[in-house]
Amino acid sequence: MKPLVAALAVLALSFAPAALASESHPTLTELEGEVMCPICNTTLDQSSSPAARQIEAVISRRIAAGDTKSQIKDRLVAEYGQKILAAPPKSGFNLLAWLLPIAGVLGGAVVLGALAWRWSRAREPVPVEARLDPALERRVDEELARFDEG
Amino acid sequence: MKPLRLAAQAGAVALVVGLLGLLVWKVAHDNPGGVAADFNAGKKVQAVDFTLGRLNGKGSLSLSSLRGRVVVLNFWAAWCDPCKSEAPRFQSAFERYRRHGVAFVGLDVTDYSGDARAFLARYGITYPNVRDQRGSVLAKYGGLPIPRTYVVARSGRVVSYIFGEARPEAIDSAIKKALTA
Repeated sequence: MKPLVAALAVLALSFAPAALASESHPTLTELEGEVMCPICNTTLDQSSSPAARQIEAVISRRIAAGDTKSQIKDRLVAEYGQKILAAPPKSGFNLLAWLLPIAGVLGGAVVLGALAWRWSRAREPVPVEARLDPALERRVDEELARFDEG
Repeated sequence: MKPLRLAAQAGAVALVVGLLGLLVWKVAHDNPGGVAADFNAGKKVQAVDFTLGRLNGKGSLSLSSLRGRVVVLNFWAAWCDPCKSEAPRFQSAFERYRRHGVAFVGLDVTDYSGDARAFLARYGITYPNVRDQRGSVLAKYGGLPIPRTYVVARSGRVVSYIFGEARPEAIDSAIKKALTA
């Protein structure tokens, strides 16, 4: 178990420098996929509208000025609102957008599990009382005695 | 167990009915074409009031504060090419008609504020301009595309609507119509 945990930790740490570099030295290409064009409802990299080009120019200027990715995004949110971000931030009320799908999947799994359990219980054979009706039992005994005699 | 089940079923039905009610309300109250669609349909349309922050100057500006005057509302953005062509025409009209009490208001839509201010400086725009940052006022007036220009009479009624780049003669005739309305 310990080697597995260590391997996972090493794997996670191997991504950390890339994430840090992306935060402190963002590129226009990566931000184009994370920022929306305000008039075309697509990300900047999917749009060739003048409004998208204007925001690309703003991003380029901010990158040249040395802004981090968060600073650039904050500036754009202040100008255009949260809708300018392709994905909602993982904080506050917007956290619901990330948690609700997970809760939905988990809830669905619980419901499916409960249904499967009920279904399997319903198919189990119901124990039947083995005792026969006394009159019938007596008749069966008599028939068997007659059969033995014969 | 039975009352609980009944309550759950009643809750589910209430939820569905509630959502259906919301849908019906939304469909009944939605007016995607806004002022422009009503104007084009020949209806008598009152200009929709707004209060927005000033782009050039401090504070905010409400359309209702200009009631009793002819008002020219021009929706524009720095990224919009036809807006660049018509901007000097509006400034020129503002200089000619201000002595007649005509007010001009530019509404900058979904724009980067730095670029918008540079636009005003580049074209020498001196009449009040406000920022419709998220396009919510524009949506009530018909939405994209821009430019769009509405001329409002003293009564508050929209008397002219120019879709697209406004030519000087169209601006003149719209203002004259509003002054005599």
